[in-house]
Amino acid sequence: MEEGKVFSQSVQQSAAAYAIIHEKFGAAVSAFDANETMPFFEVLDTALWPDIALFMRDHAKLKFNYMACLSGVDYQAEEKVGIVCNIESLGLFNHKLAVKVKCARNGGSIPTVAYVWHTANWHEREAYDLFGMLFTGHPELRRILCPDDWEGFPLRKDYKVQESYHGIKVPY
Amino acid sequence: MQELDTTGLGSVRVTRKSDNVVVIEKDLATEQMVLAMGPQHPSTHGVLKLECLTDGEVITEAVPYLGYLHRCFEKCCENVDYPAVVPYTDRLDYLAGMNSEFSYALAVEKLLDIEIPRRVEFIRVIVAELNRIASHLVAIGTYGIDLGAFTPFLFCFRDREIILGLLEWASGARMLYNYIWVGGLAYDVPSDFLTRVREFVAYFRPKTVELCNLLTKNEIFVKRTLGIGIMPADVAINYGWSGPMLRGSGVKWDLRRNDPYSVYPELDFNVPVPDGKLSVVGDCLSRHLVRAFEMDESLKIIEQCIDKMPSAEGFNPRSAIPKRIRPKAGEVYSRAENPRGELGFYIQSDGKSTKPIRCKARSSCFVNLSAMKDLSKGQLIPDLVAIIGSIDIVLGEVDR
Repeated sequence: MEEGKVFSQSVQQSAAAYAIIHEKFGAAVSAFDANETMPFFEVLDTALWPDIALFMRDHAKLKFNYMACLSGVDYQAEEKVGIVCNIESLGLFNHKLAVKVKCARNGGSIPTVAYVWHTANWHEREAYDLFGMLFTGHPELRRILCPDDWEGFPLRKDYKVQESYHGIKVPY
Repeated sequence: MQELDTTGLGSVRVTRKSDNVVVIEKDLATEQMVLAMGPQHPSTHGVLKLECLTDGEVITEAVPYLGYLHRCFEKCCENVDYPAVVPYTDRLDYLAGMNSEFSYALAVEKLLDIEIPRRVEFIRVIVAELNRIASHLVAIGTYGIDLGAFTPFLFCFRDREIILGLLEWASGARMLYNYIWVGGLAYDVPSDFLTRVREFVAYFRPKTVELCNLLTKNEIFVKRTLGIGIMPADVAINYGWSGPMLRGSGVKWDLRRNDPYSVYPELDFNVPVPDGKLSVVGDCLSRHLVRAFEMDESLKIIEQCIDKMPSAEGFNPRSAIPKRIRPKAGEVYSRAENPRGELGFYIQSDGKSTKPIRCKARSSCFVNLSAMKDLSKGQLIPDLVAIIGSIDIVLGEVDR
């Protein structure tokens, strides 16, 4: 957290929660990005993401029991795709924290957290469907919004829509 | 006692209950059958397909298939300016357009860090709560139809029509309003609007009691929903449930209270949570009860808003709207309490473009529906209909 800047109470709560995670995982997590709109940190060692997730859910002072949202993001400039998870402790501590996990743009994979928060199951399927990163260990990783035989990953910045789908012209 | 001759019957089990009663059970091999429900089944409330694996009448597994109504909402957002996303949000949850717009506007305003005139806030809350009642009326009415009660549906739609009329008067459209803009409103409300809203509140209050007597206390309805599809609170939280679904499981969690936005902190209202007297906490009936009681609370909110609202003198609903909406670089996740739960928007801005780099809608129906697999296991087929109805899905929001 930057010195000399006054943040709201909710950001301070997030910072306190981050400190506990940082103490345990050290260099596997990035520094805390304190901002008013969405305070977050990044998981640098992708393989540790499920451990961090479990720690966040089960630690007595964290209890992040509720995953509000998991969004896929395309970081084209970094040659990466990633996810942004908005996690909070519902009804217990009421602190919120966003976590970013990134992987290589082509053939990259992120370990699943569908066993930690059930809600991640469909969200990860959606991220895979639209961005094409794989989630290792996911119970049922298949497309959810697009048809099973759709080509490409529509929300990537360099996506070109396929010419035809089952004989129907796609671009109009 | 004479032994029964069972030759020719195959493998049987003979149980002698008394001297005169003999029960012969034939070993009937049961076979699993796939039953496809939807995408055009009337009780799936839209184009949802459920592939049910059934053993007789009992469902062993139900797998939902979605995407029939996918319209690339998120891709569209990346290609239009921030204000132009608002009409798209109407089409997410088309039964509660005002609430979706409200949620989106809040997200962008948070990113822009701008102050909104007080009258705008109150008008937003009034139209959003009116829309919440309209949406719950559809939910309750169609739920009745699912379970064989046709009359409540007609009652609900009669009252919903008045709300749609009011909202049409304010915005010009019946369902897809484009009324709440980023930083303000499209128009101020018509001069006589608030009087009419007050009249509606007075008219509708006894109607909620009537609806309660007609449907909620109906023995057949209660028999169909009581103790069906029970979801424990901790599992509901783990599944990311929100809104009436989560409250139905006994968790007192309402974003209007617990993560307040707009003028909700100033308003006095209750968050109805089932106490287990009328229903089993977490079952279909609980979720229905939450919706039914919430309508009363919305009426309370509307009345308070009309009383507290600043006058229209010198009011310009577009005064706070920036000429050019270009937020500084950053991300935001902002949510609001929709009739169906938490509708959140994750928006990413690069600080240079007038278009969002990424705009994800966290749809409450999508998340609530993801528990379908667990919820339907071991249920009877008619109970599955009751469960889908109680989730109250709008496929426009599920598929986006």
